[in-house]
This record gives sequence, C-alpha cells and structure tokens, in this order.
Amino acid sequence: MKQLRLSGSGGQGLITAGIILAEAAIAEGKEAVQSQSYGPEARGGASKAEVIIDDKFIYHPKVVNPGVVLAMTQQAVDKYSADLAEGGLLIIDTDLVPNPPQGKKIISVPITKLSTEKLGRELFANIIALGLLVKITGVVSLDTIKAAVANRVPPHTVDKNMEALLIGYQAI
Amino acid sequence: MSQPKLMQGNEACALGALAAGVRFFGGYPITPSTEIAEQLAEQLPKVGGTFIQMEDEIASMAVILGASLAGKKVLTATSGPGFSLKQELIGYAAIAEIPCVIANVQRVGPSTGQPTSPAQGDVMQARWGTHGDHPMIALSPWTVRESFDVAVKAVNYAERFRTPVIILLDEVVGHMREKVVLPADNEIEIYSRRQPTKSREEGYQPFTPEADLVPNPADFGTGYRIHVTGLVHDDTGFPSGSPKITEQCIKRLHEKIDCVKDEITHYDEFFMEDAEIAVVTYGGTARTAYAAVEEARAQGKKVGMIRLMTIWPFADKVIKQAAAKCKALLVPEMNYGQLVMEIERAAAGQTKVVSMPKYNTEIFTPNEISGAIDQLLSEVAK
Repeated sequence: MKQLRLSGSGGQGLITAGIILAEAAIAEGKEAVQSQSYGPEARGGASKAEVIIDDKFIYHPKVVNPGVVLAMTQQAVDKYSADLAEGGLLIIDTDLVPNPPQGKKIISVPITKLSTEKLGRELFANIIALGLLVKITGVVSLDTIKAAVANRVPPHTVDKNMEALLIGYQAI
Repeated sequence: MSQPKLMQGNEACALGALAAGVRFFGGYPITPSTEIAEQLAEQLPKVGGTFIQMEDEIASMAVILGASLAGKKVLTATSGPGFSLKQELIGYAAIAEIPCVIANVQRVGPSTGQPTSPAQGDVMQARWGTHGDHPMIALSPWTVRESFDVAVKAVNYAERFRTPVIILLDEVVGHMREKVVLPADNEIEIYSRRQPTKSREEGYQPFTPEADLVPNPADFGTGYRIHVTGLVHDDTGFPSGSPKITEQCIKRLHEKIDCVKDEITHYDEFFMEDAEIAVVTYGGTARTAYAAVEEARAQGKKVGMIRLMTIWPFADKVIKQAAAKCKALLVPEMNYGQLVMEIERAAAGQTKVVSMPKYNTEIFTPNEISGAIDQLLSEVAK
C-alpha cells in the first residue's frame, strides 16, 4: 500500500492533483482512494488531498502514516507532516516553506517559482508538483500520468500542462 | 458493466438516482452535499429532466413534492442544517403519501458546526426529525458503488411505498473517490409508482389502499381530480376528523412499511460464525471498522462485524441474534452515541453493548478500533 498526501492552501490545485494521481493508478489496474480535507474558506486555509494506492480494495479511506508528504505552504508542513512514516519523504516548495522541519528526509524544489518563470503563471504549480511526485515515487509511469493529466484538464490547456508535468519530472 | 472509473460518493448517488428514473431535482447547495446538485445540474437537462436551485431548503423540499405529485421521480440533497429545515415537509410527504427522496450528507453539527468535516450525527434526526407518528426509511452506504445502489433503492422504495426515503450519506463516503464499476442499465431494477386501474365511475378512490396497503392516487394532470392535504385523509383524499379514520390512516402508514421490514432491512455480516464479540457499524465508519476487524481476524481473534445499510427501519432481528451469541457488541459512531441506543434496545440486556463515540471532526483510525476490540476481548475473557 502506498500512502501519499498532497497539502497546501485552498486554491493551489492539490485536490485536482490528487484526483489525477488516483485516476492514473486506476488506469494501471490498481485500486485507489482519494480523499480531501479543507476548511470552510472558499480560498486559502490549509487544504490536503490524500491518495492511497493498493492492489486490493482499500477499506480505511484515509492516510495513516504517509510515505510521502508534499507541502506547498509553511502552514501545510506544520499541520500535515507530523505523522510522516519513519523514513518517509517530505517534498516542499522551497520558497513557500521558509522553515522546514528538522530531522526529516526533505526534497526541496521551487515548484511555484518554476511555474511562474517557465510557464508564466503560478497555476501550473500543482501539475509540476505531480510530475515531481511521480518521478520520486514511481507510483505510476510517466505515460500513465501524462494520459491522466490530459484527460482531466481543459482541452486548450493540455500542451501547457504536459510541459508543466515534464518540468516537474525533470526538476530533480 | 461500465469501465472502472474514479468516482465520488456524491457523484455516484446522483447517477444512481438518475438511473432509477429521477427527472426532477430541487435543491439548495450545502457542503458536503453540493456535488449531488452539481452532477444533476449537468445531467438532468440531457435527459429532459429539470434541475432547479430554489431560494432555500424549505422551498427545495416543497418543489420536489409538487413535482412528485405531478408524476416525476424526485430528489433533493442537503446536509444537517438543511435537513432540519426540510423536516416539516418531510412529515407532509409522509402523511400525504408523496414519493420523494432526500439525500442528507452528514457533517458536524448542530447548526453550522464544522461544515466541511464528517459526522454521523443525523441518525436520530432521520428517524424523528419530523413531527408525529410516521414510519421512516433511511439507507446509509459505505462505498462509492453502494452510494449508486442505495440511490436506486431509495427511489424505488419511495415510489413503491409512497413515502419519503432518506439517503443518509456521510462526508467520508460522500466526498471520497474510489474505483467503481457501475452496473449496466439492464442490470438495474427499477420500480415506478402504480397508476390507477379504473375510472371514478368504476368506483376509483385515490387513497383506497391495495393489498400492500399502498394507495394509487393519480398523478396531477392525468385526468383525475385529486385532493392532497396535510390533514389526515380518508380514501377520497379529503380530510377526515373521524377518530376511526385517523386511527386507520396512521396505522396503515406504519403497516405499509412494517409489512416489508425484512425485505428492506439490508445488512452485511462478516466473520460472525464464531465471533465472541462483534462490531456493529454503518456508513464511512464501517470501512475503518472492517480494516480493524480483518486485522484482528488475521491475528486469530474471534471478532465479527455487522454492517447496517438500512438504518431505518432498524435491523432488530440481526442485532437480537448477535446479542444472543456474542459476549459484547462494540458500536463506533461519528457522533455522541446515537444508533447505540437502538442497538441496546434490540439487544435487550442479552449482552454488553459498548458505545464508542467520536465527534472531533476526525474519522476513526483502524488502531483506535483495534484498541477497543482488544480491550473488549480481554474484558469478556475475565
């Protein structure tokens, strides 16, 4: 069983990223459960999406000890990385997480900055993060995640999103 | 069968209702139920159906009752606070025998509570939220696929028994997405309300019950004159002040559901053959409970589980049987302890019933339930 958590702030698109990851897992014939938690705010406020991938039916639908936590804000790191599994990996957005926690295996990538600099807008940060997650975890293949992204995003944004996915995939 | 798809419980609920023939939705959006409305806003116009967002929850309930009287299969969706607002008209639907389905995706309450967090706090509201004596049907799914199936059942039961039916989802199942394979159209059993078989000249009375105690009032606009009232009605559909008619009417409303109780009381039993203790559970909590029970069995512990799909009418029989053979029943619920009272009633002192409430916005973890199972096993071993 693979347990992943994608966290940040409402509006960063991490729930969408979680859905795409789960859809990719299903496309590879696996079982997947995706869930989310957010506050009453329409935008902003800590938000998380969780994805569990397994070969058999997944009963308990929430992540217990995540193997990987992606955190796109300081608040998300503080709130959602404490239960990281032993040896688990924390992936952070370099610029948005000024105070990374001590004693954890961390990969720091300027995800949002890459989005702004290379694609002109910060809204591709979630897909860049997805590319990064897939590269690091190998939880689905690059081809599968490409198809899953193309399936989910608005048709006229497919090219830009493919670019974003590769930027993330090649970021480390 | 369709292709495997990632789908949300709320979405599956909407699609199930659609597959069962719902062609009218009236609603007012509220987290965590909004995706049901969203889905039907998209799908209903494609099949010639009607989606209408009303000014509030009361009006949403009123508009589906009107549409149902005009012959449509109808649904509304809400959460706790909206469910409270709908209650008066749910009572109206019960006495006027108007088929309708109300999906309540539960969240933490009372009032605005924690609007985006899960709870199972409306178990008793589903049963007793409206006033007076009335039967109630409430179904609570535990998977995304079952959210589809339960929606189909709810529509069928509403049509067949001419009564309000509650889909008691919780935020866990309503919002989670999982792999689902939906049934093909020809695999779905659909029931539509009966139509009158004779004319007024031949002695037709709209509310004369058939052998199953359900009457066949004509839909508005089909050539019959129909009177609908919130007052107690006789066979003509007009109010009656008679004690005898009142007693007959209230009794029949109950008995039309009582006489099919076994048929509509759905549940699963897991590992119950030699269970020393059993977990009794429903909705999203049942998923976590199953994970804990499966783990306990893997360690050779004699633990069983009863998962209730039908919450109302309550599954007295299966609980009574379990109480007769198990040394204890553990009841985890995401509330302060609601269905446990019904389980205690059905167990009638035959066994120990242990409430395991949780109401802090977080769902149970498998470890918490495992811990409670271990403690209970050691207590009954003494």
